[in-house]
Amino acid sequence: MQITENQTLEQPANEEHHGYNVKLDVFEGPLDLLLHLIRKNELDIYDIPIALITRQYLDYIRFMQELNLELMGDFLVMASTLLQIKSRMLLPLPEPEDDGEEEQDPRAELVQRLVDYQRYRDAGLELGERELLGREQFKRLVVADDTETTVEEEPALHLELFELVEAFRKLLARLPVARIHEVAARETLSIVDAINDILEQLHDKESITFDELFSEKMDREHLVVCFLALLELCRIKMVRVMQPNRYGTIMIINAVMSN
Amino acid sequence: MENQTETIHSATNKTPLPMILEALIFISETPVSLDKFCELLPEYERLAIKNGLKELQQGYEARGAGIRLSEVAGGWQLRTVTELSGYIARLAKNKPARFTQSALETLAIVAYRQPITRQEVEYLRGVDSGAVLKTLLEKRLIKILGKKEIPGRPLIYGTSREFLEVFNLKDLNALPTLREVSSLDETVDFEVQEELPLATN
Repeated sequence: MQITENQTLEQPANEEHHGYNVKLDVFEGPLDLLLHLIRKNELDIYDIPIALITRQYLDYIRFMQELNLELMGDFLVMASTLLQIKSRMLLPLPEPEDDGEEEQDPRAELVQRLVDYQRYRDAGLELGERELLGREQFKRLVVADDTETTVEEEPALHLELFELVEAFRKLLARLPVARIHEVAARETLSIVDAINDILEQLHDKESITFDELFSEKMDREHLVVCFLALLELCRIKMVRVMQPNRYGTIMIINAVMSN
Repeated sequence: MENQTETIHSATNKTPLPMILEALIFISETPVSLDKFCELLPEYERLAIKNGLKELQQGYEARGAGIRLSEVAGGWQLRTVTELSGYIARLAKNKPARFTQSALETLAIVAYRQPITRQEVEYLRGVDSGAVLKTLLEKRLIKILGKKEIPGRPLIYGTSREFLEVFNLKDLNALPTLREVSSLDETVDFEVQEELPLATN
């Protein structure tokens, strides 16, 4: 499957390629493509003919240009790296430095990246070949008891956004209303900091309550930022917000940490 | 009444340890660590528990059982034998776990290089890795360890206990050795270039 796709992609760019159904994720990225080109040309990774590789690489991305725009960014960065290396190799070597430092091969960093990348890619493939839980091996399924004979626990309701907003509104209402408008430059609050604060509070804890999250000392601006951070964390699914019973305490649950 | 308690008690004492261990492992959702066993069974020596586990493990193998006792993620867990996966598939509603190449290589990078930031992952892979990291977080295979004290304070990632469990690893040291690990953080030694395998897979 993959081989056919690769072959398809290696068609010279000027040939008709309408009607080909090209899978765009054949190569994971520019490094993967470079490794492929090196292998295909049976090149020595430590002595890459940059001109040849750059030409083939550019051919490839030119071909890809019509097919996939999303991946282009990363591929273009590599194209410029290749061109830069190529130009540096064309330049005459500068005078040896006084401190005796050896002039590095312009390709050295790229080579190291390719070697590293290949190593991790192989390690990843090796991981994928292991006997995985849920694929080759299985553990006993822990399924919720259908018969409902267990003691009735408070079912955890997933909280509606509305209720969360309502809770926040109540929180804001607690604040003294009148406030002189402050003009002086203040410490700016970022949502990222607030996210980190929340994560820190959740660190090694399974959950905290909504009220714990918003301390009494916070001013309105701080509360808003903190709330936005909470919404963001919900969105990226790093926390879950639950309410064990209606009108009960709202819990912020750590969705990332194990256990 | 008193007699009865005594009987039960003495019976407990005679209960073979592997039997107790088996029941505890059977009940547990996650791998049970040796420490946990020691905590649950203060009446037994650590070494005895260790031996009990070995005995139990050998027992499954000896009788050709459909399940095996595996040492994963720092504990012990009962799992079905690999060759039965086809039969399990008939029963299971869920599709078997699948991993894309990008997920696997990202996982490998996080596993071998943790703690690691997203930028470092992206440098090694050469591609934007935000989405794949997010997926791995959602699958709980990686977790956020904190943030790095550099400008921007990026989040740092590491693998989770679930990662070890899913990938059938006793601990992180059980990860297969990376090829040419010695030169991992060094600049390339151009002398040894020919010895490096280029094309695998």
